[in-house]
Amino acid sequence: MSDAPELHKDIDAPTGVETTGHEWDGLKELNNPAPRWWLIVWMLTIVWAIGYWVVYPSWPTLTGHTKGIAGWTQYDKLKHEQAEITQRQSGWLGKFHKASFAEIKQDPVLFEFARAGGEVVFKENCAACHGAGGEGRRGYPNLNDDDWLFGGTAEDIYNTINVGSHSTHPNTHAVAMPAFGAVMGREGMLTPAQIDDVATYVSYLRQLVASEAFARGQAVFQQNCVSCHGEGGIGNRQMGAPRLNDAIWLYGGDKATLVQTITKGRAGVMPSWQSRMSDDSRRQVAIYVHSLGGGE
Amino acid sequence: MLEKHKKLERNSMLLLMFTVIAVSIGGIIEILPLFRMQTTIEPVKGVRPYTPLELMGQEIYIREGCNTCHSQQIRPLRDEQQRYGHYSLAAESMYDHPFVWGSKRTGPDLARVGGKYSDEWHVAHLKNPRAVVPESIMPSYAFLAEKPYGDWRIKKRLKVLQSLGVPYTQAMIDEAQNDYEAQANPNTIIDPSGLQERYGDKVAVRDFDGNPDEITEMDALIAYLQKLGTDVDFSTYDPDYALKPQDGKPKTGAAK
Repeated sequence: MSDAPELHKDIDAPTGVETTGHEWDGLKELNNPAPRWWLIVWMLTIVWAIGYWVVYPSWPTLTGHTKGIAGWTQYDKLKHEQAEITQRQSGWLGKFHKASFAEIKQDPVLFEFARAGGEVVFKENCAACHGAGGEGRRGYPNLNDDDWLFGGTAEDIYNTINVGSHSTHPNTHAVAMPAFGAVMGREGMLTPAQIDDVATYVSYLRQLVASEAFARGQAVFQQNCVSCHGEGGIGNRQMGAPRLNDAIWLYGGDKATLVQTITKGRAGVMPSWQSRMSDDSRRQVAIYVHSLGGGE
Repeated sequence: MLEKHKKLERNSMLLLMFTVIAVSIGGIIEILPLFRMQTTIEPVKGVRPYTPLELMGQEIYIREGCNTCHSQQIRPLRDEQQRYGHYSLAAESMYDHPFVWGSKRTGPDLARVGGKYSDEWHVAHLKNPRAVVPESIMPSYAFLAEKPYGDWRIKKRLKVLQSLGVPYTQAMIDEAQNDYEAQANPNTIIDPSGLQERYGDKVAVRDFDGNPDEITEMDALIAYLQKLGTDVDFSTYDPDYALKPQDGKPKTGAAK
């Protein structure tokens, strides 16, 4: 860079613009200042920013942060929006809130309101395990049939939604199927042969195929399984013990799966939803599940 | 104006001085308030540092890039609250180094996924997402169940986090390896009561991946996921608490 020459008006011939007087190897710098309108807008944005700092919360201070003269917070905005929607829902929701399950069932409009709300809640929270249509999958019960582990009335379903199974809720359904086989170095309650027999018995229960293994398995079942699964495998909802003499299986009714189930035990987990959603939502989803087809 | 500017440009010391002044103003305005950042964190009860197992879970979460598709921040908007639960509080991620808030939701937000699904579900879902969520486009992470935990240098990690302001105690650092094993495998000879004494009763101690014989990366990741968003008890949380006049110090730990 050469030293800038004495300041003089040097007009660049082709453009007619004044140069700044700077010259590098014959290249001259044109003096094209930013347009005036741009400069004014830029200044205005600075003024606007200062106004923003004053009106809205902005700067951390020694003891907190500036609150802004408008007193605006995101949380207030949320509260406002929430209040608005609650207000809009209050008509039906207020009625729903007070009505019992039986009363809701009597009122077709209220029932439809509950079902529609329940469906949304179900799709977001329950479908991941029980399937989008409540069809269930291995380890997660089908909710469309009438084979209920803990009862199929709307009240029962509501209770199960509240407490869950093997969840952190103090009143959770918590009876696990114990491991009857040798696990983790512990001696098994049954020998592998006994497990095989009782699996044979259970897999034939609904057909009642008499065989030697069936008879042996029946004896083992009488001693070890009836206390939960009931005489002949009719199931027990107090314990959450599934019915075994039907064709509906949670983990599978083939013999290999049954041997695995008896050997290692089962303890299906369902979270408690009490602290995760509002009481109205839980009641709505109970009604939705009850209406899927198997409700009692 | 141009004449005065010329004087400045031709005197290097003067130019340097004014440059320093200009940069300082910018620096003071932009950087100085950050030193009082902790005064803006709303004090909340219940937030605790990650246990060693959960910490490794977060490590895997970051390694596998989960945060590129899953955010961990529920904004205070009505729709988000309805879908994901209570909005995230700054204090809930104050022990995250780095933050994994994320900025994109190809998958759902995970800030409150803890306790929403069972461990079995997480195993099935991580192995093959389509098995439980047919419309999912998430890749399979089945290999995590095959990978036993390697040399994670857990103690060192805790020490580094401690130097960043996470309130790990010396006992936590000393017992890190034991705590790590005790949480994922309650059937080992290691007594998990020490772990719960150090990190609180709410720490989940169980075999997370359904394979009690081995601690795998699956164990760590699920332990981490099951902890997310479960620290604060929102049935007793007072959202206006933070707006009331405080002594200016967060109640829980030292946040940097």
